[in-house]
Amino acid sequence: MKQWVRQRPLALAAGLALLSLLLLALGACVGSTGLQSVREVWSDAVSQQIVWDIRLPRSAGAWAAGALLGLAGAVAQGLFRNPLADPYLLGSAAGASLGVCVALALLGASPVAAPWLLQIGTTGAAFVGATAAVLLTLALARGVQQTLRLLLAGVVVGVVLGAASSLVLLVQPQLMQAMQGFMLGSTALVGWGACVLMLGGWCLCMALAWGLSPVLDGLSLGESTAASLGLPVVPMRMALVLVLALATGTAVAHTGLIAFVGLAAPHLVRAMVRAGHARLVLLSSLMGGALLLGADLLARSLLAPQELPVGVLTAVLGGGYLLWLMHRQNPVTVGSKP
Amino acid sequence: MTAALKPASTVALRAQGIGARLGNAQVLQGLDLQIEAARWTSIVGPNGAGKSTLLKVLAGLITHTGVVHLQGQPLAAWPARQRAQQLAWLGQSEGAGDDLTVWDVALLGRLPHQAWLSKPRPEDYAAVEHALRQTQAWDWRERTLGQLSGGERQRVLLARALSVQAPVLLMDEPLVNLDPPHQADWLHIVRTLVAQGTTVVSVLHEISMALQADTLVVMAQGRICHQGSCADPASHRALEAVFDARIAIHTVQGQWVALPCASNA
Repeated sequence: MKQWVRQRPLALAAGLALLSLLLLALGACVGSTGLQSVREVWSDAVSQQIVWDIRLPRSAGAWAAGALLGLAGAVAQGLFRNPLADPYLLGSAAGASLGVCVALALLGASPVAAPWLLQIGTTGAAFVGATAAVLLTLALARGVQQTLRLLLAGVVVGVVLGAASSLVLLVQPQLMQAMQGFMLGSTALVGWGACVLMLGGWCLCMALAWGLSPVLDGLSLGESTAASLGLPVVPMRMALVLVLALATGTAVAHTGLIAFVGLAAPHLVRAMVRAGHARLVLLSSLMGGALLLGADLLARSLLAPQELPVGVLTAVLGGGYLLWLMHRQNPVTVGSKP
Repeated sequence: MTAALKPASTVALRAQGIGARLGNAQVLQGLDLQIEAARWTSIVGPNGAGKSTLLKVLAGLITHTGVVHLQGQPLAAWPARQRAQQLAWLGQSEGAGDDLTVWDVALLGRLPHQAWLSKPRPEDYAAVEHALRQTQAWDWRERTLGQLSGGERQRVLLARALSVQAPVLLMDEPLVNLDPPHQADWLHIVRTLVAQGTTVVSVLHEISMALQADTLVVMAQGRICHQGSCADPASHRALEAVFDARIAIHTVQGQWVALPCASNA
């Protein structure tokens, strides 16, 4: 029975995994010294350093960040039953920006705070900011029971924290350029440590999302139907919000605000296969990883030796592809609901 | 109609002192109701009478005052999964679910019977296939809800509720968008279920269809005006009264039909 349902997602998963590996290998080859470094990787210490300490961690990091965003996007769209939902919906983006902004300002301004801040770095500040923003959203919405209240609270938190960031930047204009880099998103500074953190976070979030996927399936028929099926809707929605916050916060902390991957990845998957949320979340995650890794490669090679911010590329490519998909297929496939 | 053949039935659902609010509006006030087991009860009444809210209260889906007993035990005392096995609820479509296949939607009805994250067992597949065939939705099992018409979608959602195979089945406007042959199919499904001992409660706007039930509950303004056998002329009078005598119940070939009274307008 059900051959059709089982095999297409499996084929897509295999294809995406293969594509990711291929792109990862390519990622080791692209850079200012080109293939030379790869050829000499066993003989030359500098080449080894370039491939092993710069190109590979950055590529792996791009994949991990994309995978986290893809996962978060699929969870957000399922949780809010809205195909326009994206990982930054609950204020994580604005919170992370404010965290980085404040950290940079304090780092420059206060000698007391500097050593402590250097310890956790802007990465930690971004993560703390993103998490705090989601908690603030939850507090303002008084829990997770009402989707609309949660969305509105997310919008409010986003606007207010965004204004706060702008205020800090107005007072300290010299931070503008560093902040711009964060807002556009970049994978250039990702090292092995960050990779391990992101992959660890990914494993945790993936396991949780997989475990909670029946709730997402149930919720897609409406909250009352989910509750009538005996699903503990409220605690599990809370858990899903936490998965969303953790995945987004981890990605944002290491690579900045990369646009569109979280929104586009689930749509691309849905355009190719029909699957329940367990598979959808996994496939979206693989899709997000492949997307961001591919975009990172392009960002590095298009204007080489110069480099484009990867966030700009994901926005242009993701947006363009989504638009093409929308016009090519019937609206239901891409999700025409408001 | 078949009531006389049945032994004195027990009570499947008992609601006492039910009050419920939607926002600031008091929708139900101090309402008592008993639903007999292995019978089909139809709830009817004008728009805004509180029928759907009552059904949600009976299913334990919204906060309310008062107590609902399911098979003698308060709803709150039932563990969620056991309760979901005992009581299935079909709501008015809340939209969405467009990306799920018909098969997956129907399979959701088996969630209460499965251990968390375990694979469906053969009996789950059998129940889903049976339900989809009953509502004649089997042929589209690989399509998604988004690719179906309103009536087709309703048949899939109905199959989802049937696949739970719960002894108590609550349905809110199950006939929405269904064409006459499939309304007749629905009637047959309900009659079969009741004959097998299932308790069915339905909220219906199709009065003639509602009159096919065993028991009629007539509601208006958050209260129950009348509860009685569908064969009882008093039920017919109560029905005409809540609709401001703008419908009249007639007998046609041994069945009761509600016809609009145009002259009263």
